[in-house]
Amino acid sequence: MTEMNLIQAVVHTLDHEMERDENMIVLGEDVGKNGGVLRSTAGLYDKYGGDRVLDTPLNESTIIGSAIGMALYGMTACAEIQFQDFLYPGFDQLVNEAAKFRYRSGGEYNVPMVVRTPYGGGIRGGHYHSQSGETHFAHTSGLKVVVPSNPYDLKGLLLSSLRDPDPVIFMEPKRIYRAVKNDVPEEDYTVPLGKANLVREGEDVSIITFGSMVPVALSAAKAAEEDDISVEVLDLRTLNPMDEEAVLKTARKTGRVVSFCEAPRHVSFASEVSATIAEKAIDSMEAPIVRVTGYDTPFPYTLESLYLPDANRVYDAIEKVYNYR
Amino acid sequence: MTKGMLTVLGKKGGKKPHEELGLSVEDLKRLYETMVRVRVFDEKMIKLQRSGRIGFYVPALGQEACHIGAAFALDDSDWIFPHYRDPGIPLLRGITIQEMVHQLYGNAADNTKGRQMPNHFSYKDINFVSISSPLATQIIQAAGAAYAAKIKKDGKVVLTSFGDGSTSEGDFHAGMNLAGVHALPIVFLCENNQWAISVPVSLQTGSESFAIKAQAYGFDGVKVDGNDILAVYKAAKESVEKARSGRGPTLIEAVTYRMGPHSTSDDPTRYTPEGELEAWKKKDPIERFKEYLRQVKVWDEEWENELRTTIAKEVDDAVKKAEATDPPAPDTLFEDVFAELPAQLLAQKDEMKRLIDEYGMPEGH
Repeated sequence: MTEMNLIQAVVHTLDHEMERDENMIVLGEDVGKNGGVLRSTAGLYDKYGGDRVLDTPLNESTIIGSAIGMALYGMTACAEIQFQDFLYPGFDQLVNEAAKFRYRSGGEYNVPMVVRTPYGGGIRGGHYHSQSGETHFAHTSGLKVVVPSNPYDLKGLLLSSLRDPDPVIFMEPKRIYRAVKNDVPEEDYTVPLGKANLVREGEDVSIITFGSMVPVALSAAKAAEEDDISVEVLDLRTLNPMDEEAVLKTARKTGRVVSFCEAPRHVSFASEVSATIAEKAIDSMEAPIVRVTGYDTPFPYTLESLYLPDANRVYDAIEKVYNYR
Repeated sequence: MTKGMLTVLGKKGGKKPHEELGLSVEDLKRLYETMVRVRVFDEKMIKLQRSGRIGFYVPALGQEACHIGAAFALDDSDWIFPHYRDPGIPLLRGITIQEMVHQLYGNAADNTKGRQMPNHFSYKDINFVSISSPLATQIIQAAGAAYAAKIKKDGKVVLTSFGDGSTSEGDFHAGMNLAGVHALPIVFLCENNQWAISVPVSLQTGSESFAIKAQAYGFDGVKVDGNDILAVYKAAKESVEKARSGRGPTLIEAVTYRMGPHSTSDDPTRYTPEGELEAWKKKDPIERFKEYLRQVKVWDEEWENELRTTIAKEVDDAVKKAEATDPPAPDTLFEDVFAELPAQLLAQKDEMKRLIDEYGMPEGH
């Protein structure tokens, strides 16, 4: 066991898997000698060489498109998109190509590829280093979407993703890259895709969230505890496929749900969670499901802290659903 | 960079060109037969579409020499990232007309389970990678595969084909650029058929040619007469040998002409200048190759008739069989989204089954 932050867990996991799987290749912008602009591939170039830790030309369609070609050719391709905001020039390769290869070829071809990308606000990154675009990906049949919230899960989920026969977009919560630490076993283990994790048990209200909003949910839950409101927090961990069973279980248990993410509200993942509960567990609900999200504006620079949901905004929603009669 | 345009057919004097290229009489016959197979197949499928029996078709009329000549220069284990106007390649590698007709019908015998529009073939067994509709996406994927071949040192070469319109896409740049940086074992085949649906080459590029674009990526471009199958073969053979020996990529611009519509949904009389088609018909790649084969005494009328009769029957039989084959079973709708069916999809599959039980199959099935 070693205590690690999220970045250290990424480096450790990539190293672990590259050692085990000689067909694995890491590619992206600045992933080589520089070790990644956010340091998530530090040391890999020296250990595995430039063939397997490839600095690509500066073009996201190159990164994703060539990773698809490598994956089709039998490699385990792990692509890095420096910031999720920069993924859009490669969106076609992800949505029209990676996601459809298995289906369109009648199961002849598959794309064992992981696209790792840091996402989300809270780092003073303005429009283009802050967005949380998970619904774009989760909406696309054929793509798996994974969002870890802590280093232990990150290693287990990333290993599951790298060993999955289908394309996975692995969204890393960069705001808490260095802030969240826990113990990560040195040995091999996986956390299954599609399984949520109840990170805090409670009786009165459920918060359903993922990624960088998990710590925010936990501090709001703590604040509510002081007011004798018992809150449980479900960390989804995988958005597609979503652990519907876990979502419905916590919703039925408390009957009061705050559906929470940092992306804009309209057609957000929080909306999908709300709709699922409304459709399948309405009889158990004691209060309307409330979404806490970013606002439906482009991501701001100076007013970032007003935009991003914080513990107070979550607390406000907890109170609202708790007091609803 | 070759100045001018590489041509082989019609050259006077010297050794017979096919012997110089190391092609046997059997090779010549196979090339010609594949070209005719594509032509007969195309003509019949267009008629079939016009009579409403298949929904859509993309002919390769006039472009037979380009893709067949180029693919013939590969080893069978080499990979191809094709576009939708390359039907001769699967035929060359042993895929039957029947298999292809099943795909056009999207029926239960279609190896891709009726998932795509006609002509979007996929044949993994012969390394012919699944085709998509958005243009040029295969070019950067091909470069990625070539990169994998290079670091695996397996000696394989990748061929990717596309039209002149695709050279305007970002993924053309992406693929050419990556290939140039790493001197990848790849051959880029641009089938310049003069038209991207209704947009002529003059509105596609300001370059003097497409071949010249290779220079900017640090490798050779060669312009060949795309209606001269021996010229295409020669260029491809040299490019494949170069790629296999680690000397990097080549862009081949095969100058040809789309003698049919872009697809059966298109009417080229709306935009092509009068007389253009007739002028190109005089340079029909099949007629030109036939003339050569006649000169070297490989072709005669009897063989031609036998060939056309056999192929026509093969196509007709294939159509009959395809029309007698059911559509894919409803359950297959949910297969191959992922390796395993997640719970949500399983629930949706059950929902669909219940709806079919309750209301029957939907209208239009």
